[in-house]
Amino acid sequence: MFGQKELDGIEEILQKDFMDLGVHSVVFIDMAGNIIANLDNGVMGHDIYSLAALAAGNFGAVSSMAKIIGEDEFSLLFHKGEKENMHFSKVMTDFLLVIIFGNEVSLGFLRLKVAEAIEKLKLILEPLQVLD
Amino acid sequence: MAFINPKTKEVQTKIVYYGPGRGGKTTNLEYIYKKFNQRIKTDMVVIKTHGDRTLFFDFLPFDIGKIKGYDIKIQLYTVPGQVKYDATRKLVLRGVDGIVFVADSLVVRREKNILSLKNLRDNLSLYKKNISDMPLVLQYNKRDLAEQGIPLLPLQTLEQDLNSQLKVPSFEASALSGTNVAQTMKKIVLMTVASLQKQLI
Repeated sequence: MFGQKELDGIEEILQKDFMDLGVHSVVFIDMAGNIIANLDNGVMGHDIYSLAALAAGNFGAVSSMAKIIGEDEFSLLFHKGEKENMHFSKVMTDFLLVIIFGNEVSLGFLRLKVAEAIEKLKLILEPLQVLD
Repeated sequence: MAFINPKTKEVQTKIVYYGPGRGGKTTNLEYIYKKFNQRIKTDMVVIKTHGDRTLFFDFLPFDIGKIKGYDIKIQLYTVPGQVKYDATRKLVLRGVDGIVFVADSLVVRREKNILSLKNLRDNLSLYKKNISDMPLVLQYNKRDLAEQGIPLLPLQTLEQDLNSQLKVPSFEASALSGTNVAQTMKKIVLMTVASLQKQLI
């Protein structure tokens, strides 16, 4: 179970690695569709509960497709829009990092930051899984 | 499993409406959405095929107030009832906290109800969950059709087929007219929240 300390740690990573980079919104969820942490730039006002439910379902569906073609999983997804883009990355087995960003953020740089952030998130999440 | 956030003092809990295809799961959520629209801040999410059947799931979040200082956010989901969408049903059941099984009262749907309940039992076991340990309410839907002379399964038959072992609360209902839809929902919310309360210390 997450405590205040873990949730603070997760928010700090999301703030430094993504919000400070200029993304519009970042949501960290579990695969059941629960929101563990979310930060936004105060402008977007998205319906994040629906977004989390759809993201978890969508990612689950994509994982099942991966298995059908003989892959263990596709660990990331990217949807490109005209103004807004979404990037999904799996974090360990149970979590998903969803980032909404505009065209001013470079996808390549974002992917590097995602890889770094996942390693930092693991340091917080792995001890919790041992406790479970 | 419900997510309890000590930082934002919020609990997110997942209740899934399960049952055979065309049984009225989506209609339950549509009625709740209309009836409680002052408390529901967002649109209901519906993913349907062209034939108006649920393809993936429906999703309806709403707040029921505070318990022990925590905001309780209930997230209602339906599953697609058609047999071929079993992979999707498994996905939606991930992390479920409470279930409403919506059975179809039509005589011709008797077998489908029994198979769907067995499917629920099997799919829960994938997540190492036992149906007997899960907050569960049965709803016998479409009871209003008796007035139109459509043959319905007697209540005793439905109870015997579906509830003889489980012995969980059950409601006769009409999702279309709203009869016992809110009562079904309130019952499963109470049971689910009661099962979570011991975690909210």
